[in-house]
Amino acid sequence: MRSTLSLRPGPRPRRRATEGRQAELVLAGLASCSLLALGLIFVFLVKEALPLFKSYPFEDFVRGLEWQPTSTNVRFGLVPLLAGTFLVTLGAAVIAVPLSLGVALFVSEVAPKRIRELLKPGLELLAAIPSVVYGFFGMVVLARWLQGVFGLTSGLNAFNGSILLAVMALPTMVTLSEDALRAVPESYRNASLAMGASRWETMIHVTLPSARAGVAAAVILGLGRVIGETMTVLMVTGNAAQISFSFFDSVRTMTATIAAEMAECAWGTPHYHALFAVGAALFLITFVFNAVADILLRRGARG
Amino acid sequence: MPPTVTIRGARGDTETARRIKIRIEGLSVWYGSLPAIKDVTVDFGANRVTALIGPSGCGKSTFLRALNRMNEVLPGVRTAGRVLLDGRDIYGPGMDPVEIRAKVGMVFQRPNPFPFSIFDNVAYGPRRHGVTSRSELYAIVERSLHEAALWEEVADRLRSPALNLSGGQQQRLCIARALAVEPEVLLMDEPASALDPVATGRVEDLIAELARNYTIIIVTHNMQQAARVSETTGFFLHGELIEYGPTDQMFTRPKDPRTEAYITGRFG
Repeated sequence: MRSTLSLRPGPRPRRRATEGRQAELVLAGLASCSLLALGLIFVFLVKEALPLFKSYPFEDFVRGLEWQPTSTNVRFGLVPLLAGTFLVTLGAAVIAVPLSLGVALFVSEVAPKRIRELLKPGLELLAAIPSVVYGFFGMVVLARWLQGVFGLTSGLNAFNGSILLAVMALPTMVTLSEDALRAVPESYRNASLAMGASRWETMIHVTLPSARAGVAAAVILGLGRVIGETMTVLMVTGNAAQISFSFFDSVRTMTATIAAEMAECAWGTPHYHALFAVGAALFLITFVFNAVADILLRRGARG
Repeated sequence: MPPTVTIRGARGDTETARRIKIRIEGLSVWYGSLPAIKDVTVDFGANRVTALIGPSGCGKSTFLRALNRMNEVLPGVRTAGRVLLDGRDIYGPGMDPVEIRAKVGMVFQRPNPFPFSIFDNVAYGPRRHGVTSRSELYAIVERSLHEAALWEEVADRLRSPALNLSGGQQQRLCIARALAVEPEVLLMDEPASALDPVATGRVEDLIAELARNYTIIIVTHNMQQAARVSETTGFFLHGELIEYGPTDQMFTRPKDPRTEAYITGRFG
């Protein structure tokens, strides 16, 4: 193969073609590296999880209602952890989705340019705060406040986690849905205004529905971040592995379980393998979330 | 014409056909400090097609957008003078631009259907103006699509996406969408410039048809088109209305040397 750095005059079109193909190969190689990493991580998770099911039935793991990894009668039931993750995520979604949609609409459709230029970077700064700082704030400030306002014995509960995670999801949801709203052609808005619709009607009935795919993807990607978040929930949700449907109960998420218990369990024990099984389940959930978001974004791009 | 068309006033009557629909007195428009329209005074007759011609940047689109207050959507636009629609100044105190735009509809240069179904596109305007009954909406959609000469082509797929239609069909859909609001005046900003010759022909036939019920003002780049569709033509240059009169006279015996220079192709 010719050196691409060769200075000798040669048949240029051919050299260009080879260069192009080489660049393509390098890029394809890099791209497949990331795919390979993804695949290997999943294979590793599954490989480390599988030995659990030699000593503990798969069915009891998936449908078990108790997580008691260190008692004499060990239980590795996934359901309480799933319930914890679900409750915290649901709460975060209920808070974050309307809030971020409102902010995105305001920033893209209403705010004057100067306010937009302040607000958007400001919101994006929220993403730069380390999650441990959110957790610290939740333990010290928010927990005490919740305790006082709602008369609780402890402010470390699912609600606390939901509030913080909603704030953490805001940058993703606002930025991506604002991008989707701004991508709606100006001609749609003009058509609506020219028919005698008000600016507000145009926003709700034309701009938002036209951006629906991108907005849905923004919400799902934001929730993906919520499901995967570890440090904050570990610090503020109280970590009781119980099945509860009250936001004022202490819950424990899948991520917090792995983070809290991995350091304490002995290598190669069923507990160790059970934590990997939890990790594999979490991976599957976030993978599905991201895949759905990706499909929606692509559909949005097609218009 | 379908029998469901609403009769507004005594349309078609020769007396009212001479009626003045829009009277413009000393209209000027500025973009910031830049004058785009300079002191234009003109009358537009009801139920006829008026074409506005002129080279790019002469202000004819800005002028058109002044007639339904769409210039206000852009920042930094200032308007002076009076635009009387049936004798009422649309820039007068207490006039609501939203109400005016329902009476003065607009069709844009590029077809711009919403990414919704064909039905929802046409039903959009009526829904905003408070029509909720399904049967009523359906009747409006059917009537508007008939009026826009599109019904035959889409009757069996009202629920399919509007963006799947061809460019010419999309533009006729946009016309139907504008008609569904029951406007009195229809402003068209180069409605055929993005279409192929066949689709252009269909839109031009449609314009002639619509003039029976609507007052139509059309901006066009294409002088043959102005000659084909309009009874009256106005020639704009550098924001001024240079000449205004019957179309055949304008194209055969223009009064102003600048009009003659433009239509014989010496500039523009």
